[in-house]
Amino acid sequence: MTSLFLRDLKLAMRAGGGALIGVLFFMTVVAVVPFAVGPDLNLLSRIGPAILWIGALLASLLGLDRLFQAEREDGSLDLMLMQETPLVLTVLMKCLAHWTATGLPLVIASPLLGLFMNMKELAIGATMLTLLAGTPAITLIGAAGAAVAVTLPRGGLLVSILVLPLTVPVLIFGVSAAYAAVEDPAPFLPPFLILIAITLFFAVIGPLSAALALRAASD
Amino acid sequence: MPISLLVEGLSAKRGEDLIFHDISFVLTAGEALVVTGPNGSGKSTLLRVLAGLLAAQSGRVLLDGISSEIGHPREFCHYLGHRNAMKRELTVEENLSFWKSFMGDSPGGAGIGIEEAAEALGLGGISHLPFGYLSAGQQRRMAMAKLLVAYRPIWLLDEPTAALDASADRLFATLVTRHLGAGGIVVAATHQPLGVEARELRMTGFAGVAGEVGH
Amino acid sequence: MSENSLSIRKFSDLANPTRFLGLAGRVLPWLVGLTVVLFAIGLYLSFTTEGDYQQGETVRIMYVHVPAAWLSMMCYTVMAVSALGTLVWRHPLADVSARAAAPIGASFTFLALVTGSLWGKPMWGTWWVWDARLTSVFVLFLMYLGLIALNRAMDDPGKAAKVSAILILVGFVNIPIIKFSVEWWNTLHQPASVLRLGGSAIDPEFLWPLLVMAVAFTLLFFALHIAAMRNEIWRRRVTSMRRQAARAAGREA
Repeated sequence: MTSLFLRDLKLAMRAGGGALIGVLFFMTVVAVVPFAVGPDLNLLSRIGPAILWIGALLASLLGLDRLFQAEREDGSLDLMLMQETPLVLTVLMKCLAHWTATGLPLVIASPLLGLFMNMKELAIGATMLTLLAGTPAITLIGAAGAAVAVTLPRGGLLVSILVLPLTVPVLIFGVSAAYAAVEDPAPFLPPFLILIAITLFFAVIGPLSAALALRAASD
Repeated sequence: MPISLLVEGLSAKRGEDLIFHDISFVLTAGEALVVTGPNGSGKSTLLRVLAGLLAAQSGRVLLDGISSEIGHPREFCHYLGHRNAMKRELTVEENLSFWKSFMGDSPGGAGIGIEEAAEALGLGGISHLPFGYLSAGQQRRMAMAKLLVAYRPIWLLDEPTAALDASADRLFATLVTRHLGAGGIVVAATHQPLGVEARELRMTGFAGVAGEVGH
Repeated sequence: MSENSLSIRKFSDLANPTRFLGLAGRVLPWLVGLTVVLFAIGLYLSFTTEGDYQQGETVRIMYVHVPAAWLSMMCYTVMAVSALGTLVWRHPLADVSARAAAPIGASFTFLALVTGSLWGKPMWGTWWVWDARLTSVFVLFLMYLGLIALNRAMDDPGKAAKVSAILILVGFVNIPIIKFSVEWWNTLHQPASVLRLGGSAIDPEFLWPLLVMAVAFTLLFFALHIAAMRNEIWRRRVTSMRRQAARAAGREA
């Protein structure tokens, strides 16, 4: 299992891998927002956490369609389906590798972008923490969408359309937890714990449904 | 106890079309089956059903002589399809060692080392190169090295030698012979003669007709 | 033999990567040595001159910030010329030059952004303002990263060369438009810029260290660029040798 994790990580780092592209996309999306809303620092610092979350959400969806499609195209998926290792575990491992290669860099880059948004230290820390807890959920539930669309020739766009509605709860609790940390009356912990619960829940149903879909799509 | 593969009344559909119907055969340890027939007669489909990648419409695939409890016969099979299941960006060594540790060995045997396997296919010394650098024939041979690095008693081969030249063909035949000699089972779909003693299953559109043909 | 054709021959001699490697080997030690000396002088001057009465010690960041910002633009110009070299003259070293310059340019741009941000904290009380100048440099940084990603995504250098050359030139044509629109966007939103470095009104006290540092940074760029080009040529040779090794292994068997 660790060998699968390491292989996927290596593939993401090698030429043409998705690791760099995701962070770049994240930076670009966030950097473009001020051009639309204006360079008003107070306004930017108020909407900062939301912008970071939307950027991270879109960047996490990027490249998700290749999660299983690349394996299918070269025949690796067939072999993975045949093994004694439960397919759910294989999917979970692939999700973890995918998140480490594309999601974790977003979390690490988020404080830098927080500075661009003129966010306070506390807001930056809270946003980073919620991203750390929430972005795995996007990858995990995204795996289900990626598995459903694995046989489709132009699955990329479809995966985003399929997965985005499913990520709404992640976005809601991620952003509200980040805001709760800054604005006084709202408590931080309840939305944050719900966010973690969603991630754990998706860690179960994401790989399970993805494994089912992959078996069904095999032909 | 030697292993044997039992296929009983197997039929399969693709979409709404019945591809083949009521195929039965028994292969015991050391036996090879060559599946022949024109394009579209269902050779690949049969192999994919045997590999558990396609559900059979009816009939079943059984393994006999395995001491341990098994989930599905596919866990005891190697499947070498049209595609090589190797990543162009990784080196040959990285590819093979991934499959070696990911697949593990079936009980009753052990895979050989990566360099040894590459050597066995006549491609020693280049396993440090990225897989994408190799020519089509070399890529195919490195994909075959997968058969050696992780032990599986049953090999399911779909057009294994399509991209190979004559010398590589012979090399592969000796590998198959060695596998059979060690008590393995081989099912190969092919147009070209495999170069080993084998039974033949001729696919004729609907039903497979089993026949004994020695080479 | 007219003088013109002789100079053309010289030029195409340099185009030969082997000649370039030989030349680079001879030039590099001198270039590196000169760079080190200039940096020593520049840094000494930077830290011995008096601080600004208004900005205090923080003004010294300028000696790194301004040269880095100037190089971020010069590097893109070098890349644009190389891109022209690839597309128009089909010079074999041009795409090596463009490819090698991109990470260096990105590094200088990043340095300019970081030092600008560090300078901004005491000046503006915040790490970042969407000042027209800073914003344009940030957009330039994103363009560099995009080019690097494009280069990495394609494994065939020949094909990557043409495509990225086109992108470099499109970017180069766009830079004035981006700069203009960012300034327009900025003035639309905030009437007065927070800080203006008074261009020529700069005190000679600051001018000397700044000039020395600018020259030192420029030499540093060329040293890094030549070394990176050399590495790129070597990398390509290693790649082609590995491909040859793969082919040879097939024949033996």
